[in-house]
Amino acid sequence: MTPPAANPDGRKPMIECRQVQKYYGDYHALRGIDLTIREGEFFSLLGPSGCGKTTLLRTIAGFEEIGSGVVLIDGRDMRDVPANARPTNMVFQSYAIFPHLTVAQNVGFGLRRDPRSAVEKARAVDEALEMVGLKGFGRRAAHALSGGQRQRVALARALILKPKVLLLDEPLSALDRKMREQMQVELIKLQRQVGITFVLVTHDQEEALVMSDRIAVMFEGEIAQLDGPEALYARPASRRVADFIGVMNFLPARILGETDRGVTVDAPGFGVVEVPMRNVSRANPGDAGPTVGFRPEAVTLTPVAGRGPERAVDRVSGGVIDEVVYYGDMTYYDVRMDGSARYDGIARPVRVSMRNLFGREVPDVGTRTRVVWSPGSLVLFR
Amino acid sequence: MRGGGLRAYAVLYLVFLYAPILLLPIFAFNAGTIIAFPLKGFTTDWFVQMWGNAALRKALANSLIIAFSSAVLATCLGIFAARASTRFSFAGKGAALGLIMLPLVMPEIIVSMSLLVVLLAIGVKLSVFTVILGHTLICMPYAVAIMTTAFSSLDKSLEEAAQDLGETKLSAFRLVILPLVMPGIISAMLMCFTVSLDEFIIAFFLAGNEPTLPTYIFSQLRFPKSIPVIMALGTILVLASIVLLGIAEYFRRRGVARTGAKDTGGFL
Repeated sequence: MTPPAANPDGRKPMIECRQVQKYYGDYHALRGIDLTIREGEFFSLLGPSGCGKTTLLRTIAGFEEIGSGVVLIDGRDMRDVPANARPTNMVFQSYAIFPHLTVAQNVGFGLRRDPRSAVEKARAVDEALEMVGLKGFGRRAAHALSGGQRQRVALARALILKPKVLLLDEPLSALDRKMREQMQVELIKLQRQVGITFVLVTHDQEEALVMSDRIAVMFEGEIAQLDGPEALYARPASRRVADFIGVMNFLPARILGETDRGVTVDAPGFGVVEVPMRNVSRANPGDAGPTVGFRPEAVTLTPVAGRGPERAVDRVSGGVIDEVVYYGDMTYYDVRMDGSARYDGIARPVRVSMRNLFGREVPDVGTRTRVVWSPGSLVLFR
Repeated sequence: MRGGGLRAYAVLYLVFLYAPILLLPIFAFNAGTIIAFPLKGFTTDWFVQMWGNAALRKALANSLIIAFSSAVLATCLGIFAARASTRFSFAGKGAALGLIMLPLVMPEIIVSMSLLVVLLAIGVKLSVFTVILGHTLICMPYAVAIMTTAFSSLDKSLEEAAQDLGETKLSAFRLVILPLVMPGIISAMLMCFTVSLDEFIIAFFLAGNEPTLPTYIFSQLRFPKSIPVIMALGTILVLASIVLLGIAEYFRRRGVARTGAKDTGGFL
């Protein structure tokens, strides 16, 4: 057996997947997944529907048999270990609350084989309900609960068994926006409180960014990138990841040279610029060619008559505002940067977002503007 | 009034359906032996005579045994079919289910004759048991139809959740699936019981010398003086059928409500 992978914070691996393959007939659902999830981590599997994230979660839970590869949980090989004997519990997308039982019976369901006395079990159920904010709901009929309450019952029912890993299959997708945002915060708090490893499946990139310590982005049965939320957002490993997580502008670029510090490119609108090496991604399969990308909030618009660059590294380009979309707290602008059509005559307006800070004017369509940016806000896919 | 013509049609339709059945209790309590108006006076004699009739009691006992046995058999077999059809996909599933439902539309006289030929050919003696076999066959479609509804309204992840919480496949079925489909099972049993109780052709062909209620009634129609007794018997059978179907529907609706699903039809 391979020794536990070294990791920076010294936490031991809780889930290890080694070359996990899964087929449904001819369909290759998981294409050699290699993954280590650490103890006590809030880990997310993020991807569009059909990318295999739910299959991977169900594989860990023991509901799917894998074609080949190894899944270890807490160092133990899970081959031939059925779902009911694994140290994992799951919160299902539909919550799967037993409709014929009360809330307390639902939460206490997994304690049936527990040798403790009925009184002790009842106390454990009360504690679990209190933990998820449903104190006093024990006698209610489960089928009469609201969506948010069902979710909490499902959480209590799984956590009462003190699993080593809690698996969550799109647990917030059935809730309305407000409730979802509230539950995101509650889940983070709950995870810190119980210290159990959480593995979340979601297609909502914002949800993954908000909640996770680390995120694995999956496409077509493969992990495209595994990183912390900040690294994932700031330095996506491929155009596809960049496109899936948030909004990114892409511009064709010409590579002029490369040093240890970075790659020098010529990008329309930006001119000749050296992109720092850490922002350079080499995973750009099947694309038209080298591409420079930047997030809408990575550049700033300032009035032409305004001050110069704030910092020494900042650089300034010019442009014209093509479109203004006002959101209250934010405004989105489409900006045609000077020289952006230099390559092929195609004008490519870029999207810029600005927070509507107090005193900051929202310029009109057609206004000339200065675009302030720095080489560090660009990423290069080559 | 708008829709007056349609309303009249609906009323006529209902009269056509139910007027003959309403005549049953009227003549069951009529003092005359001839089934004709005007009525002669009120009596409960026919019910007393009915209870005193040993042959009729024998037929009733046979019918109850047959109805109960075939209801239990058809429902048990139906559980397997309904579970298989809702939970798994396999080669030939559509064909298998089609063949199970076929007796619903196949002429019963054909079913009865072929069963008779086969049973005689393999040397089985005609008895109450052979009727049970025949009735199980024709009750299966009802049982499968009712229980497929019960099973398909279940979320697949309920079973997985039970397994995830430590139960085996078998105990998960017992603790979660069975209680949730129980109303469907009861409803299916009552429906099969009613179907079997009323069934004539198979009972007529396969019962040998054993009478069931329908075959007994048929045999008595030749004797005009026993007709009022048949009317009394018919009254009771109609009442019993209504009560059984009512209970069946109650359980079916309760099952739907329990799983929180939307009600989509049913037999009543």
